[in-house]
Amino acid sequence: MDQQPTAAGEIILQVDNLGKHYNGVSAVAGISFAVRAGECFGLLGPNGAGKTSAIRMIYGFAPPSSGSLRVFSLDVADDWRRIRSRVGVCQQDNTLDPDLSVLQNLLIFAGYFQIPADQARERAEELLHFFALEKKREAKVGELSGGLARRLTLARALINDPELIILDEPTTGLDPQSRHLLWEKLHALRARGKTFILTTHYMEEAAQLCDRLVIMDHGRILIEGAPTGLIEAHVGSSIIEVSGADQELVDFLAERKVEFDRMADRLVIYNKGNAEIEQAVRAGFHSRQCTFRSATLEDVFLRLTGRELRE
Amino acid sequence: MIRMSNISWRFLSVWRRNLIVYRKIWKVNFLVPLLEPAFYILAFGLGFQGLVQGLSYGGKALAYTQFMAPALIAISIMYNSFFETTYASFVRMYYQKTFDGMMTTPLSLEEIILAEIVWGATKATAAAAVMTLVLGLFGFVNFPQGLLIVPLAFLGGLAFGAVGMFFTGITPSIDMFNLPIFLFITPMFLFSGTFFPVSGLPEWAQTAALIFPLYHLVELSRACCLGLVETNPLLSLGYLIVFTLCFLVLGLTTMRRRLIK
Ligand SMILES: Nc1ncnc2c1ncn2[C@@H]1O[C@H](COP(=O)(O)OP(=O)(O)OP(=O)(O)O)[C@@H](O)[C@H]1O
Ligand SMILES: [Mg+2]
Repeated sequence: MDQQPTAAGEIILQVDNLGKHYNGVSAVAGISFAVRAGECFGLLGPNGAGKTSAIRMIYGFAPPSSGSLRVFSLDVADDWRRIRSRVGVCQQDNTLDPDLSVLQNLLIFAGYFQIPADQARERAEELLHFFALEKKREAKVGELSGGLARRLTLARALINDPELIILDEPTTGLDPQSRHLLWEKLHALRARGKTFILTTHYMEEAAQLCDRLVIMDHGRILIEGAPTGLIEAHVGSSIIEVSGADQELVDFLAERKVEFDRMADRLVIYNKGNAEIEQAVRAGFHSRQCTFRSATLEDVFLRLTGRELRE
Repeated sequence: MIRMSNISWRFLSVWRRNLIVYRKIWKVNFLVPLLEPAFYILAFGLGFQGLVQGLSYGGKALAYTQFMAPALIAISIMYNSFFETTYASFVRMYYQKTFDGMMTTPLSLEEIILAEIVWGATKATAAAAVMTLVLGLFGFVNFPQGLLIVPLAFLGGLAFGAVGMFFTGITPSIDMFNLPIFLFITPMFLFSGTFFPVSGLPEWAQTAALIFPLYHLVELSRACCLGLVETNPLLSLGYLIVFTLCFLVLGLTTMRRRLIK
């Protein structure tokens, strides 16, 4: 295979004005971004934002409706085979083969990549070890717990030693232990120079793992940047939450042009580190329950995409 | 719709996957073709003894069981491949999402679907081979030309595997396979010269039977087992090949439309 390792910083994925319609309904409405070698790039957004649709176009499962897409500087429509041989995909749905054992899942998947049998075996053993699945090698896939199945899916996605690893919600439904184990493994892989595209609904995870991320909604990109930069720019460093919506407090904040979100049972105040506001809330509204905390990516996410439920 | 460049020998890796799964329960898989012909021969041989004296086919007098035995092989080819690419492929496609997983590798959808059809044909061939041996022991198959059943079974398996895949491509749900089975498979099972010669039917029904791929498969199966035919075997062979090619294209096209959105 003509597999040249990509130099650090080189653009691995270039997405320009990419769109996808299903029967005239737009799922991805013209998104653009680029991912460089060695980066971990996050695609965030509420349910139905178009993350999976975008990912399916990247590995050549679904043809784009509009725009252009280049992976390793290759065109997906023509060079999909070469692209897929260098990409590992962990799909959102469980697509493990339930008719096969854990080890067979890896070996047969290696066969789809035309990896020679002895090399496949070696690689499979390595991956079983890496994901602590050795004891389960003969187990049926249907007998695995959610966390183990996810680990196997990830192991399977790495069977071809991919340069670009695409993870569509790799940690959804996992307990904290499994999630931390996966994070650890992802960090180890990053240290080996792999490039990642990651979607997740855990903002803490995105903040921890991603160098850069976009937040999407309704098929469009709302913002792009590094997690800390985005927090600083869109909600500021600190947040005050006050339970109970109090008209007096609302007026007070409006008068001082402090941004806040009003919910049924509480106020979220973006005081941007303004100590004066903090003092005033402490002094004037201490009878209520107040929480003073630092802002997180979740605040950015909710602020931009709204708090109502999707679909 | 179908790109020829999307078809390569890589499809064999998917075929191999199915073989490995099949081998896990190969004993069960071989039990059916081993016992099924024995059941039929016993039932019809003993049960029809007093009712059917024998019949004339291709200008020769045959015992009823002799007439029916080659048709059993053809029917088994049809069922094995058709059920593989309908129910079994549908389960892999829809419930197990096996094809979705494969689509992250350098396999094309065309290769995956082709592999499923070829796998159905392989399974049919294995069953037909076992049945031919069993029926040969009963004295219903003339050897060595009876061995021609093996390539014939593969062709027949491709034909019915391809039709099955076409129905998988258009069926809204797994329960709806009842419809093609009721309207297509069952009439063929009954009226393809399987249990009585087509020559005994009215003229129009004889012509209608020529449309059934199973009729031609039964004809060719009798040619292999007994060396007797009532239709030109080249016509039957040509029909099966054209039928297979048409439904290969239709199967690939409908599955592509179904899965690539
Ligand atoms: N095959 C399809 N046919 C029709 N519509 C689809 C199809 N796949 C996705 N959609 C629609 O496209 C939109 C985007 O879906 P997508 O799965 O990309 O969202 P997502 O961001 O991955 O959501 P989630 O977080 O729930 O996984 C949704 O409105 C969805 O209903
Ligand atoms: Mg999704």
